[in-house]
Amino acid sequence: MVENVLEVKDLTMHYTTRKGPVFAVDDVNFHVARGESVGLVGESGCGKTSIAISLLKLLPDNADIKKGQILLNGTDLIPLAEAEVRKYRWRRISMVFQAAMNAMNPVYTVEEQILEAMQQHLPDMSDAEMDEKVDALFRLVGLDPSFKDQYPHQYSGGMRQRAVIAMALSCDPDIILADEPTTALDVIVQDALLKRIRKIQGELNMAMIYISHDIAVIAEVSDRVGVMYAGRMAEMASTEAIFHYPIHPYTMGLMSAFPSIVGEKTALVTLPGEPPDLLNPPPGCRFNPRCPYATDICKEETPPFKDHENGHFAACWHPGGEK
Amino acid sequence: MTVQEDVLVNIEHLSKLFPVGAGVFSRSDTYVHAVSDLNLKIMSGESVGLVGESGCGKTTTGKLLTRLLDPTEGKIELNTYEGVVDIASLRGKNLKKFRQMVQMIFQDPYESMNPRLTIYDTIAEPMDVQGIGSITDREERVAELLETVGLAPAASFMFRYPHELSGGQRQRVAIARALVIAPIFVVADEPTSMLDVSVRTGVMNLMRELADRLSVTYLYITHDLAVARYMCDRIAVMYLGKIVEWAETEELLHHPQHPYTRALLSAVPVPDPTFEREPVEIKGGISKPVNPLPLCRFYERCPRADDFCKNNDHPPLEDKGAAHFVACYKV
Repeated sequence: MVENVLEVKDLTMHYTTRKGPVFAVDDVNFHVARGESVGLVGESGCGKTSIAISLLKLLPDNADIKKGQILLNGTDLIPLAEAEVRKYRWRRISMVFQAAMNAMNPVYTVEEQILEAMQQHLPDMSDAEMDEKVDALFRLVGLDPSFKDQYPHQYSGGMRQRAVIAMALSCDPDIILADEPTTALDVIVQDALLKRIRKIQGELNMAMIYISHDIAVIAEVSDRVGVMYAGRMAEMASTEAIFHYPIHPYTMGLMSAFPSIVGEKTALVTLPGEPPDLLNPPPGCRFNPRCPYATDICKEETPPFKDHENGHFAACWHPGGEK
Repeated sequence: MTVQEDVLVNIEHLSKLFPVGAGVFSRSDTYVHAVSDLNLKIMSGESVGLVGESGCGKTTTGKLLTRLLDPTEGKIELNTYEGVVDIASLRGKNLKKFRQMVQMIFQDPYESMNPRLTIYDTIAEPMDVQGIGSITDREERVAELLETVGLAPAASFMFRYPHELSGGQRQRVAIARALVIAPIFVVADEPTSMLDVSVRTGVMNLMRELADRLSVTYLYITHDLAVARYMCDRIAVMYLGKIVEWAETEELLHHPQHPYTRALLSAVPVPDPTFEREPVEIKGGISKPVNPLPLCRFYERCPRADDFCKNNDHPPLEDKGAAHFVACYKV
């Protein structure tokens, strides 16, 4: 049995708004094993970032975890009080955000910010050890340690994102959540960073959840991929299975809607309609209004998220389009 | 798509310099060379992609072509029904007339529309400004265009406001607005980059279909080579204000010659986990062309650069055969 660093069971999170509850995350199940990289992909509003902030319990006031378990090394984070969660956050589970400029404090040097995280969470470490560690982290993410006493605004976008990754790695977490870390970067800088992230993740044998809207980026960094749609996990399988043998009609649609610069130039197929409003999601399978294979059952009952073959999970009444 | 042989837009030695740090009372002697000595011919009926990283000058070029910015130097000739005009020198009435022939589609469908105008008013505004048609004509034309861009039935969209529409629908409205006065040339600046994949494809397919049906010529500005491949007949790659390579789409993708294009192509992630990309040869990010030295703009990052590149001016864009233009001494 593979050791799971993180297990998410039946996670359901709603936002309360003036117009009523938004069903942002609904009955989501997945796990991440040690040393494994899991990609979460989906369109805006599909719940991928809501999952990330639920895992860290960094919820805004109007968000509520309705049910489920978040097991980090076997400990459920959901019932824990904020003071308890703090012991886990950053130390066991850390996060890299999309907007690196906003994730750093402009009035402290990059070194001071990394040290602050370590002083908070690693009280037993001596100052000399910490200095050494900062240098090691800089080299790990591909930054020259001589830049460490500069301020965030003196860094380029790619360097800043590397610094944020160094910060997230500073307390040797068991799992790191990366939410669109390369989205704001140009392709050449993005390519270098993706390669670096993948290398670090392998070297440290660290578990990672990589969130992105870009399926091409997800293909580069993930061992397994979860495809989300309208707050639910639609399909989850090995990266190769997701890209070569998708069985959920939404995943199948995504694959034929995404242009590529390699291979034959093919006509892209449009998914009809738009993602649903999560204030008022359609009953049954949330993809049913756009699905070419939908039948009556799809409009009435939510399909279970189950294993169809060797760990290839999907929530669909007609996997692969079968009748 | 059939490419007619006549040139619709002919850009020669186009430059746009922005002063850095100039105030009301002080002139500046430092300039960002956002677009510098750019030459490009766009044929009637074709879609041309202008591709590059942020800060390469692609948006500035788009704004110059639509005269939202005045060029510092150079000319932009547009082949209209009434003969060739130089866009760069248009004034007053002639400029207004030009606006009827050239339109722009912007990136952000949330920012590019007046929230107080209904969809009908938004789309009819160009006709109003240009004084085209009676009220009934305009209503008919707007209804026709709404159906054309896939917002049917038109009556259910006409009197709604932008905030009632989704991003994809708004971008369709923006396309309808650009096409309502039947322009001959449309500059589209990242029209799909804010849209989600499942919605984006629909908008891309619509733009392609309309290009064929209404024989509109597009300049499609994008940072995404995969999108450019899907949308464009030819692609021009820009780097720091210069076009470094320029060829038919498939030719450019399969036989890239400029070291920058090669790096760009091998850095694009591929949605296939089993595909092995070639390693990217260049390092670092793009800088700003502030008072650039008179040598190849790509010199500092180029893996092939040598003393010849250092001691000569920026290389000219030369035809290397099969209408494949490259600006590099080492090709």
